[in-house]
Amino acid sequence: MDAFAALANGMAVALQPMNLLFALIGVFLGTAVGVLPGIGPALTVALLLPVTYKLDPGGSLIMFAGIYYGGMYGGSTTAILINTPGESASMATALEGNKMAKAGRGGPALATAAIGSFVAGTLATLGLAFLAPSLVDFAVKFGPEDYFALMCVAFVTVSATFGDSPIRGLTSLFIGLTLGLVGIDKLTGQARLAFGIPELLDGVEVTTLAVGLFAIGEALYVASRRHHAEEKLEPVRGSLWMTREDWKRSWKPWLRGTMFGFPIGALPAGGAEIPTFLSYSTEKRLAAHPEEFGKGAIEGVAGPEAANNASAAGTLVPLLTLGLPTSATAAMMLAGFQQYGLNPGPLLFAERPELVWGLIASLFIANVMLLVLNLPLVGLWVKLLAIPQPWLYAGILVFATMGTIAAKPSVIELSMLAAFGVLGFLMRRFDYPIAPVVVGLILGPIAEAQLRRALAISLGDPMVLVQSWASVILLTIAAIALIAPFALKGLGRFKASDD
Amino acid sequence: MLRLSTPILGAIAAIATALTPASPQAQQLELKIMAPAAPGGGWDQTARAMQQALTASGIARSVQVTNVAGAGGSVGIAQFVNSAKGDGNQMMVNGFVMVGALIMNKSQVTLDQVTPIARLTEEVQVIVVPASSPIKDAKDLADAIKADIGKVRFAGGSAGGVDHVMAALFANTIGADASKVNYIPFSGGGESLAAILGAKVTAGISGLSEYDGQIKSGKLRAIGVSSPKRIPGIDIPTFKEQGIDLVLANWRSVVAPPGITAEQRKSLTATVEKMTKSQAWQDILKQKGWDDAYLGDEEFAKFLKSENERVTAVLKSVGLVKS
Repeated sequence: MDAFAALANGMAVALQPMNLLFALIGVFLGTAVGVLPGIGPALTVALLLPVTYKLDPGGSLIMFAGIYYGGMYGGSTTAILINTPGESASMATALEGNKMAKAGRGGPALATAAIGSFVAGTLATLGLAFLAPSLVDFAVKFGPEDYFALMCVAFVTVSATFGDSPIRGLTSLFIGLTLGLVGIDKLTGQARLAFGIPELLDGVEVTTLAVGLFAIGEALYVASRRHHAEEKLEPVRGSLWMTREDWKRSWKPWLRGTMFGFPIGALPAGGAEIPTFLSYSTEKRLAAHPEEFGKGAIEGVAGPEAANNASAAGTLVPLLTLGLPTSATAAMMLAGFQQYGLNPGPLLFAERPELVWGLIASLFIANVMLLVLNLPLVGLWVKLLAIPQPWLYAGILVFATMGTIAAKPSVIELSMLAAFGVLGFLMRRFDYPIAPVVVGLILGPIAEAQLRRALAISLGDPMVLVQSWASVILLTIAAIALIAPFALKGLGRFKASDD
Repeated sequence: MLRLSTPILGAIAAIATALTPASPQAQQLELKIMAPAAPGGGWDQTARAMQQALTASGIARSVQVTNVAGAGGSVGIAQFVNSAKGDGNQMMVNGFVMVGALIMNKSQVTLDQVTPIARLTEEVQVIVVPASSPIKDAKDLADAIKADIGKVRFAGGSAGGVDHVMAALFANTIGADASKVNYIPFSGGGESLAAILGAKVTAGISGLSEYDGQIKSGKLRAIGVSSPKRIPGIDIPTFKEQGIDLVLANWRSVVAPPGITAEQRKSLTATVEKMTKSQAWQDILKQKGWDDAYLGDEEFAKFLKSENERVTAVLKSVGLVKS
């Protein structure tokens, strides 16, 4: 019951008018920067840090948390409406969400994203309040071999999910894996595939690739088809709001997305992207109408959106309990704590309970604010789609370029964006799925580094990969996911010949 | 380079300006400081701390901080040397990590090309082990390394960075073969901390402030710090007093572009020195937990040269740089 009492006290702190104002500023800024590709919550918190040190620590930390949650929200809006993921964690949302928007169902897509984020954010914040100490013990035990096993699960499920032909899906995945090799090798510090260009030493930026492939590629493709059959965009067809059917199809993905997002977000190297991919593939498998996937299935928006918001709360578990920052934004928030001389960790809960619980309570409030801020805007946002196509896509080009330049102003970055745009166009033209490229870029380097770390720790003994329970279970899941489709197919044939 | 051109960043900047008090006796000096890293890291924080101290104490009228991220500062320094040449109102923050990064990335631009102005701060390094480890002090660790160097797994930051250099120096100092050090780089302190707490590795290396909370709460045991003398208020023995001659600090400094006149250099050095003596700077140091390590231009130039030689030798000894 201690946690309840502490949370009630925290609510009292969070509901002070000044703190409410900070939460409101935070979610508003967060939503705004989430919308812009390239500028993420981490950058915003970094820029605000030096100016907030004169403010009261509680208020500014509440604002930072609002920015974090808001950023996760805002990214989905552009992903759905104009196929431009505001940050990499909204990529899975773009897959189905943009198809829905094109079919006139942008309203329900935005609504399920907003409500799903709210549900997931609230559940995950509850998890943060009550499970943090036990979850963190588990998260710390997760070693490199376990991460590698988790990556195997992600690779198998994700590559099986995208596209109709496995060969095309794998081709795309390998393009992504190759791009993932570019830059300084994390374990030896040697440059790979950088061709002596200093800008390439840090590797390919995920947002540059995602924005190039998704937004620019799409704009080029639409332009090339303009004189063929013009694709009619309907801004709104049917209800602007979610129907009973939509609700029925959304609530389970919301909960499942939360189940993926929160624990994986709490892992020190978990991140927000992996749970969104896992959620997307799970929903595709479990869906009553799997044929709708790729054409705008609401489950494919509800699940990943819930997952990315839940992972944001998950990230705060190791940050608050151990002082472990596991994402760029969390690292900035840690810097925020430190500038007040506060060290997150086991002692913080005991030393400054009003601050920690005030922060957790304000996350609930930020969630409510985000819902209130976003739902009325749905009607306004979908009007964007009524803009004539040439204008809309010209706008997307400007918007995408601006976001990339703001994040990393260099000619090389811009050239890469353009090159990825052309690649995206060609892949669309010849019917290769584009999502696996980004998946390969995100997962490849993590899988490689974790595998090599595990082997370095075991002095080269491969048995380390099956030494922990977590890795055995995860590798088994990966193996089943890999073999099951073939086995089921074989079984089906066997049955058929039996008749 | 964040030009704050977009409306959102503009709004952030507006809030920033509204919250930063303007000094009444501000002078006409307008400076530009480049942080050759993304916002948020140590160099960026140093640049922004300078900005804050210079304007708050009225030494400069305005200070603009730009960020050019990439490859441990290799991208930033290349741009700085080329575009700021001869400009006496520009400076760039750098530090220990850049020395190794430039060597490893075979950068065309080297630290010989910039004009050293001052060393500003430094942070002491620490070696920790999990609380459950049988290793109690630096001697135990040295014995473990001598027994079987491959079995002692070090976790720390990026390959060739200060933590890696420290692992190699530790091995060198006790007479072991540095090229056989089993160093496992992690991205960011969080991930390596998890590996140490989970006892996946033997020992961890990092800046002291990063592991401070865990050391105080008893989850990690600090077996030594890299400072020359015991730090007041911190109950951790130095390596030196344990008979291991390992002294190292993660320093940060500020440099000017090439091709500036002797006068310009003098005036920049005077400006920076005045800043380090200001109350505003001292307050920031205290608040961030940085140690004041001011070293003026000539002395800093000498120090930079010796660190460059030392790091090059270490990176060669661990095989990261081919000789």
